[in-house]
Amino acid sequence: MCVAYPGKTLSIEGRMAKVDFNGNVIDVNIGVVDVKVGDYVLVHAGCAIEAMSKEKADSILEIFEDMI
Amino acid sequence: MDRRDLGKKIEYLKRRTGEPLKLMEVCGTHTAGIYKSGIRDILSPTIRLISGPGCPVCVTPASYIDKCAEYALAPAHTIMCFGDMLKVPGKDRSLSEVRAEGGRAEMIYSPFEVLERAMSEPKRMFIVAAVGFETTVPAYALLLEELIERKIENVKLLTALKSAVPAIGRICEEDDIADGFLCPGHVSVVTGSAVYEPLAARYGKPFVVAGFEAEHLTNAIFELARLSEIARDRRRDGNLRNADKAHGGLVLNLYGEAVSARGNVRAQSAMRKYFEADSVEWRGLGALDASGFYLREEYLRFDAGSRDLAPDDSMPDGCRCADVVMGRVNPVDCPLFGVSCAPGDARGPCMVSAEGACGIVYENMSAHGE
Amino acid sequence: MKENAKKITQAHGAGGRDSAELMRDVFGKHFSNNILDKLEDGAVLPWNVAARPVVSTDSFVVKPIEFRGGDIGKLSVCGTVNDLLMMGAIPKYLTCGFVLEEGLEIATLERVVASMAATARAAGVLIVAGDTKVIESSAKANEGGGGLLIGASGIGSLRDGATPSASNARPGDAVVVSGNLGDHHACILSARMGIENDIASDCAILRETTDSLLDNGIDVHVMRDVTRGGLGTVLNEIAALSDVTVELSEIDIPVNAGVAAFCGVMGLDPLYMGNEGKMIAIVPKEQAARAVNLMRATDTGRNARVIGEILLPSERDRNLVAMKTKVGGTRRINALFGEGLPRIC
Repeated sequence: MCVAYPGKTLSIEGRMAKVDFNGNVIDVNIGVVDVKVGDYVLVHAGCAIEAMSKEKADSILEIFEDMI
Repeated sequence: MDRRDLGKKIEYLKRRTGEPLKLMEVCGTHTAGIYKSGIRDILSPTIRLISGPGCPVCVTPASYIDKCAEYALAPAHTIMCFGDMLKVPGKDRSLSEVRAEGGRAEMIYSPFEVLERAMSEPKRMFIVAAVGFETTVPAYALLLEELIERKIENVKLLTALKSAVPAIGRICEEDDIADGFLCPGHVSVVTGSAVYEPLAARYGKPFVVAGFEAEHLTNAIFELARLSEIARDRRRDGNLRNADKAHGGLVLNLYGEAVSARGNVRAQSAMRKYFEADSVEWRGLGALDASGFYLREEYLRFDAGSRDLAPDDSMPDGCRCADVVMGRVNPVDCPLFGVSCAPGDARGPCMVSAEGACGIVYENMSAHGE
Repeated sequence: MKENAKKITQAHGAGGRDSAELMRDVFGKHFSNNILDKLEDGAVLPWNVAARPVVSTDSFVVKPIEFRGGDIGKLSVCGTVNDLLMMGAIPKYLTCGFVLEEGLEIATLERVVASMAATARAAGVLIVAGDTKVIESSAKANEGGGGLLIGASGIGSLRDGATPSASNARPGDAVVVSGNLGDHHACILSARMGIENDIASDCAILRETTDSLLDNGIDVHVMRDVTRGGLGTVLNEIAALSDVTVELSEIDIPVNAGVAAFCGVMGLDPLYMGNEGKMIAIVPKEQAARAVNLMRATDTGRNARVIGEILLPSERDRNLVAMKTKVGGTRRINALFGEGLPRIC
């Protein structure tokens, strides 16, 4: 139904944040989540729909060691 | 997740015997993920996965695309839409084709991109093609907040926003469609997993909320198969009358990284502030109460005519999209499938989208057969 | 005139003094060689064609015209030369046609031309003929105007004994890819969508890599650069032309982590992302390990690896391209349909 991807909050300015997705930095609206710099957010269409820990973000992505 | 554990689950899914199970994945991104992961291919013939109505593009009426096209061609108007929407045909053409005629349709990744565009061209009206399910609605609510705060008047929304939960409820009403439901992970982030509890209680069927990677999907299908067997036994034991006891444990959230029972409460209140739920027509499912989101009266100045769209009754002759969306037939059972309806030249909505059940099946028909 | 001189105007395409200035100060300055400098209507090539000549032509349209890792000029040389290389040819000469939009900064044009010249030198080819036209700006208000399109043709001679062809894949062959997929596509889309990252286009001449395979006696059955449409599309073409089945292994498909994340966010699939400096080589299985090592010793093949194999056409679906997945299933890989746009669903 919807593509969403977790990334790390780099900086916050009002309702907007810069979020890092493994080197890709995108402006994201964080108006409906509680986050501080360093937290991870799940982002859909430029909007953070949930905040989470790094461990949870990693678990969502299911990192494969062989994908270097 | 423990790898050995997953290996055992894969073995079970390969070898399962017994009464056949029909499991519905409601979300189109799940359907696509299941194909990409090759899971369908390893499932025992006793486990059948069927696709539900979880593709916003597929359930968007042709009249909506036509209205977008009208705006794209109107002087000093621009349509802003997601990449998915560009190739969806309306009555006689897609937005991609309208663009070739000189229409203005711009692709966006995020609705917030419209803010800068609108401020840089204040005399142009920007119409956001606002499609999506619960996952995307908060983004539109936040967009409205920005528009109001920044006093931007040259942006409107043409909405075709739907709520996935009533659609799942409608499918549950027909007992023989599915034994269990794989619930949309990202919709559930917003709604919370508790929204499935009343359905589980009423119908005695299991609801498993799942993530999208191959391991998550495999695990979720295993759990759903297991719960579906338990639920079926309970229903037969007549426990359905005693629903409260019977449905215990039938909602399982396997996407706890992002999904809570209550969901994102702030997102929900932002949605409620700007949008109200009302009845809306779904292709294949008919009109469902409270399954559409519309702008509230006090924000109607931002609406581009969303309530005036004609309902879609003009399905091509022979097209079984309506039954496909309901999970009643497999895409390959439609007489048009692969004959006069294919991704390059789609007749029905389910063939149009990368997420539509027909499009996905067509793209993935394997040497092993469907 | 001073102000206008900095941008392309219709006068630059009119054939008069402004055209001559542009020829001299931009194209002549960078492309200068004995053949081109004669300024004849056609180039007489000092070339006694003993081997069979191989010709290829291509058009280049990219926005932005300058991007991380390259520009449209470099791209036009790489694209044309790589096509010749994939045929087993030694590239020799290029021609190019420029279509300039009014409003193009002459400084930008000069950077593109200089980059094109440098790439041609590095590839060992001479640019022997060229043309320029100016068109009205077609740009929409938000796109800024001042675009630039390039058409290029290349000619070379077929190497002795080399006959790689898209119809030569044979059951028992291994499919080798020269490196990570999707970099160019991700780089261009990022620039267009304002996404900050350090993903650079892989735009490169593949000569070192192809030379290394052919000079060292690898019996290369097929070579293809993996450009528009991506690996999935290219392999489908080969499967159909060679009448074989292709089986890939998901865990062996190389993708840079940043590109993988980009694809995740945008809902894209690296198998369908365009590249401008990647190729596949289809070689007999027993030579695959050596081919990989030879490729890895070159700059443009550092991440080379075997990603799959060629099988007999299957009964139900003769020219299937399939991929063994991590969970042990099979995924069908079709050619790209549509445009490969970012999506939310």
